[in-house]
Amino acid sequence: MFDTLTSRFETAFTKLRGRGKLSADDVDAALSEIRVALLEADVNLDVVTGLTERIRRRAVGEELSRALNPAQQVVKIVLSELTTSLGGEQFTITHAPKPPTVVLLAGLQGSGKTTNAAKLAQWFLRQGRSPLLVGADLQRPAAVEQLRTLGERAGVPVFSHRRGPVKAASASLAEATRTGRDVVIVDTAGRLAIDAEMMDQVRRISKAVRPHYTFLVVDATVGQDAVNSARTFNDTLALDGVILTKLDGDARGGAALSVKEVVGRPIAFASVGEKLEDFEPFHPDRLASRILGMGDVETLIDKAESAFEAEQAEATASRLLEGTFTFDDFLTTMQQVLGMGNLRSLLGMMPGVPPELRGAEVDEGRIGRITGMIHSMTPHERAEPDIIDASRRQRIAAGSGCRPSDVKALIDQFKQMRSMMKGLGGLGGRRMAAASKVRSSKQGARSGGKSSASKRRGSGGRTTPKGPVPVSKTPLTLPGLEKGEWPGLN
Amino acid sequence: MTLTIIVGLVVLAAAVLVAAVVVLRRRRSRVPGDGDGATAVGEAVDRVVGRLADRAAAGAAGGPAPSLRDRLSKARAALTGPLTALERTSVSQEAWTEVTEALIRADVGLATSSEIVEAARARADSARGDPTAAKAALQTELRERLGGFDRSLARRSDGESPSVWLFVGVNGTGKTTTIGKLAKREADAGSGVVLAAGDTFRAAAADQLAMWAERSSVHIVRGSAGADPASVVYDAVESAAARGADLVMADTAGRFHTEHNLMAELQKVRRVADKGSGVVTETLLVLDATTGQNGLAQARQFTGAVDVTGVVLTKLDGSAKGGIVVAVQAELGVPVKLVGVGEGIADLVPFDTSEFVEALFA
Repeated sequence: MFDTLTSRFETAFTKLRGRGKLSADDVDAALSEIRVALLEADVNLDVVTGLTERIRRRAVGEELSRALNPAQQVVKIVLSELTTSLGGEQFTITHAPKPPTVVLLAGLQGSGKTTNAAKLAQWFLRQGRSPLLVGADLQRPAAVEQLRTLGERAGVPVFSHRRGPVKAASASLAEATRTGRDVVIVDTAGRLAIDAEMMDQVRRISKAVRPHYTFLVVDATVGQDAVNSARTFNDTLALDGVILTKLDGDARGGAALSVKEVVGRPIAFASVGEKLEDFEPFHPDRLASRILGMGDVETLIDKAESAFEAEQAEATASRLLEGTFTFDDFLTTMQQVLGMGNLRSLLGMMPGVPPELRGAEVDEGRIGRITGMIHSMTPHERAEPDIIDASRRQRIAAGSGCRPSDVKALIDQFKQMRSMMKGLGGLGGRRMAAASKVRSSKQGARSGGKSSASKRRGSGGRTTPKGPVPVSKTPLTLPGLEKGEWPGLN
Repeated sequence: MTLTIIVGLVVLAAAVLVAAVVVLRRRRSRVPGDGDGATAVGEAVDRVVGRLADRAAAGAAGGPAPSLRDRLSKARAALTGPLTALERTSVSQEAWTEVTEALIRADVGLATSSEIVEAARARADSARGDPTAAKAALQTELRERLGGFDRSLARRSDGESPSVWLFVGVNGTGKTTTIGKLAKREADAGSGVVLAAGDTFRAAAADQLAMWAERSSVHIVRGSAGADPASVVYDAVESAAARGADLVMADTAGRFHTEHNLMAELQKVRRVADKGSGVVTETLLVLDATTGQNGLAQARQFTGAVDVTGVVLTKLDGSAKGGIVVAVQAELGVPVKLVGVGEGIADLVPFDTSEFVEALFA
């Protein structure tokens, strides 16, 4: 119902356009939407109260900027407040002068301690350290076996001791010294914050190893109760930071904000997938936009960066905006996009994607067919789909084992999309003239927007303008997206 | 469908391309989408929200703002308050708002909480003058929303065996532990039970299940690490049929409902479990009581993919209330069948509506 903050937001602000300052009333109208969004994202009720007050203080009296409409401006303030709240000090690990550096992981059952102990170990390994994993979870059946398997996968030795978790933990220090390991990561059993006996056990483990860093492992899907357990763990163990897990699902992760407020310690790492490498230092700005349901463009860009060759991507993008996008470009792009991972999770990260589409099934098996059809075209046909007539369609269909109507459908859709994109590129001088901030702008001068598009001469082959691609100053919107419509998808 | 994919893909690809090239650091100012107007429960929501605003304003006015800890401990003390407030002769707006907040704190969700309270108010208003009416109305409303479901675990009605119970859910909710406990219960009740170690992904998941199998002396069928989970489940079903066992409990790897391929894999497991000698009579979604609003998305996707027949609500022995199941049941008609209240082998109990409703406000 309240899928994104932004979808409710514009309504509250339509009447505001064109005034000079954000008044208290304006801000209040927006704040109620913000509260709803934060609650929907599982931010704790009391934390919401504190946050919105800080947002109010920042927003009231703010000069309206010329570039942003009031709604955008408030969103900007909200995002920046959330980012500040989530971020604060940047987390860094200072290694103990006398090794080993001891790291203790604690948390509720099922939050992902064992998996993340291994991920953390691999992270240390990548930092050039030699970690030792310690299995101090003798509660859950086979937890130590799980850690051993993961340790093997990560290339990190695992130490445990049958005579109890405290014994295992304390003996591990000597083991680390003996084997020359300079980081010790202690995995403890999952426990409920209200379980006095188990909380006492983890306190004793902590006393035995005197950890340099104690991390609370928090699951991004946790709801309102996150504050209660975080507070108890912090009282018992004096936490140094938080590891946020299960960000690979679609949970907004508002709990992170609650925990940060209660514990007052930074979120150090984020676990974003099932593989051991899916573990990275935490980015407050990314989670802030995720909490507000605004997509996760940063992660998307990161993924894109690793999948695309920057120059090639620029060339493709410029052809896209000019309307000279070819089937070859389409094919390359499609393969690159597929290389970025699951289509649906990509859709989930894109801002402005309507919820229906976010959940849309994308049958990746069919992509093979499309590839087949394109491969059955001649290079000339791929560059100029307009020349494909009935007889060519027949041939392409025969070549790819499809019906001619499938080929026609593909081509029609392709053309429709292409002209749509061209529309985006040619949305008049205002946007284009404002073009700035191109990826490669460090190296080169910016070319004035529209001119590069209009340089293109009418016919035939694709001309790729030199220099960086002009982009619109206004935030990225695909045609039709503002209205929540995806042409051809309804 | 093909067209959908093409266009979806291309638009996606285009967007990604442009985004990648443009470095859209400006996204902070992005405000897409159209606003939806008033909603059904909008008013009630606004009241809760308004109250929050008042509180925030009060906090701002009165000198140094109280620390978060102060606020939280006050809030906790207030938790026992809302129902008492409803017992007063004249039930104020304030009292109802407090109740809504208590529900939100229990992870029932803003929209569902507001709906429930609106409905309870309507009930209470029709019984004006009775001081206990408000409290009774709220509890009745909750009980009615939650009640009326068959919460027994189904077996085959054709007299044949084995029946298959499939356990699904996201990572770390307690699927393996639940199966361990339930195997003991069913075996003690005289059923021949076979466990299928269908989680071939998580390291040592099969070992974990094997330890539970040993504790309750039931047979377990496991495949090698990374084996096709569907084949492990199939083997377990056939093994159960050969031994004349009544029941197969199939574990599956935790997976996020957003992972299309993994959900397709799960669908395959379910199909294959039905294929041989067995029939799937229960597909149980294991939900963690600490889960917030994402629980509803999980339930939706799993129900859509494998036709979930019931929910197992785990870790209810902590301070989390598991209120999300109220929304799950309301929207999807999937009832909670079992509740996990501890790590012991006996700590799996049937769901009791009245107890759950009481606990929501405890």
